[in-house]
Amino acid sequence: MNVETKSMRFDLQVIASWIEPGARVLDLGCGEGNLLYHLKESKGVRGTGIEKREEKVAQCIASGLSVLQGDLNSEVADYPDHAFEYVILSQTLQQVYEPATLIDQLLRIGQRVIVSFPNFSHWRNRLQLLLAGQAPVSEQLPYQWYDTPNIRVITLRDFKRFALRMGITIHKEVAINTDHHNLEGHVVHFFPNLRATYGIFLISNGSEGLGRK
Amino acid sequence: MSDYLTSAAPAASVGVVTKKFFTFAEPPNEMKLASGAKLGPVTLAYETYGELSPDRDNVVLILHALTGDSHAAGFYSEFDPKPGWWEIMVGPGKGIDTDRYFVVCSNVLGGCMGSTGPSSMNPETSRPYGLDFPGITIGDMVNAQKLLLDHLGITRILAVIGGSMGGMQVLEWCVRFPEMVAAAIPLATTPRHSALAIAFNEVARQAIMADPNWQRGDYYHGAKPDTGLAVARMIGHVTYLSDEAMRRKFGRQLQDRNAFSFNFDADFQVESYLRHQGTKFVERFDANSFLFITKAADYFDLTDRGEGGLAGAFAGVRAKFLVVSFTSDWLYPTARSRKMVQAMKKNGLDVSFCEIEAEWGHDAFLLPSPRLSALLRGFLERVHSEEQSLERRDKIHAF
Repeated sequence: MNVETKSMRFDLQVIASWIEPGARVLDLGCGEGNLLYHLKESKGVRGTGIEKREEKVAQCIASGLSVLQGDLNSEVADYPDHAFEYVILSQTLQQVYEPATLIDQLLRIGQRVIVSFPNFSHWRNRLQLLLAGQAPVSEQLPYQWYDTPNIRVITLRDFKRFALRMGITIHKEVAINTDHHNLEGHVVHFFPNLRATYGIFLISNGSEGLGRK
Repeated sequence: MSDYLTSAAPAASVGVVTKKFFTFAEPPNEMKLASGAKLGPVTLAYETYGELSPDRDNVVLILHALTGDSHAAGFYSEFDPKPGWWEIMVGPGKGIDTDRYFVVCSNVLGGCMGSTGPSSMNPETSRPYGLDFPGITIGDMVNAQKLLLDHLGITRILAVIGGSMGGMQVLEWCVRFPEMVAAAIPLATTPRHSALAIAFNEVARQAIMADPNWQRGDYYHGAKPDTGLAVARMIGHVTYLSDEAMRRKFGRQLQDRNAFSFNFDADFQVESYLRHQGTKFVERFDANSFLFITKAADYFDLTDRGEGGLAGAFAGVRAKFLVVSFTSDWLYPTARSRKMVQAMKKNGLDVSFCEIEAEWGHDAFLLPSPRLSALLRGFLERVHSEEQSLERRDKIHAF
């Protein structure tokens, strides 16, 4: 596997930039391991991935990554508290059946958690709902209502309200707009809830998380 | 495990290899066993493939399953038609690449392929041990292997690898000698023998002991309990396959006939296959070894190591793990591997796990699988390079 930053999804590039060299990282739903491989090669990160599909898991292990085959919702339960400096859940939260329970677990096993998800309140989605009167189908959310794995509708604003309610501290948040391959993009500063295709958050449990490094 | 493939081996092979022997624990310095008994002298038959690197950092120890032996790869002569039992995995450029690694494989204590076992001469009576052979455990097997490695001047193992009962030895190695083992690959195995697995072993043992030729294990000068051992092997074979594998391989096909015989000949192909496997097996295996080794597997339980159950057993372990299970393996099902993985995670160990989709049951770990080869190759490359960078760091610190 030859992975350079440029061929990696833009949201993963942003996430990678937040992680310090040598950190212990858990990547949930790691797929072919692009992010883990990049973190290992460029930052000497000690990474572990969890992935459901045998083919992807085998690909990761064969390329020298440490990856476990399993369902992320149950796999996270086995780790001791604060086993990782970073736990990454990229573009998966919208597919989780019990997001609050999962995030709670992630905050337990990780000192910091990085969550990214597609922003359902992007203006194109809003227009589809408003003008065409149909559930939004976009490059980020390419499914019909009946075949989508995305069972949770989340917006940037929703996530911030959720964090406030659960006593979760948001340390960093970035709204991004990506091209249709998701390989290039830019950070959205104005009206992110309207203009961003994805949101990325760095969170921890209250104020305790960041102290322990 | 089943008899390995006898079909043409892939082009690359370690070539002609020699079985070697190491004898230790000469009286009065006998080896102490878990049961409290003492055994000596002890001989282990072993083979090595590839070259030991100058830094001695490329040792791969392969541990065989119930009926395997030290002959993991290669041929005993140019005219030897049958390669070692893991020829598909061990050799130049293969999953366990003998161009890179120095591979060691020995026959287990209690075996009958050159290592000391119940068919060996008891120095006290000058007759084969038979049932005077002391009961052994997986831990005893591992202790003997450790003495062999000491003899070879090996203090650090890059990886211990084994399937089924070989996997139990892998786990035992990691728990017993944590400072020696850099990485470990337990395949199609379990951290403790289940009631189901014990039950099948017991039925197999009863078949041997019910054979009138068994003579309470004292049969070495007369007829051997071939019928009992063959039935034991037939039972084993059923547990190594799967419903799906048997359906595909045999279905209800009849053997050399168009109609039922209405007597007790082998009507069905599956009957004929099992009979054939049984007959073949008695030519190469000792019935008493079968009894002692299956008992050792039955005794295996990593959760009996004191506090904390299975997670407690892995508390002092430092190895990096690659755990592999197979979907249709009902003898040591995936759930057992997951239990291991869970215990490793609880201890913060570096563990990779893959459940390979395979329809061939427990035997899948011995069958050609590009996926398994790629997993082993990639994992070994990683741990080897991590081990080498540790060495470099140590060398720099030494200055």
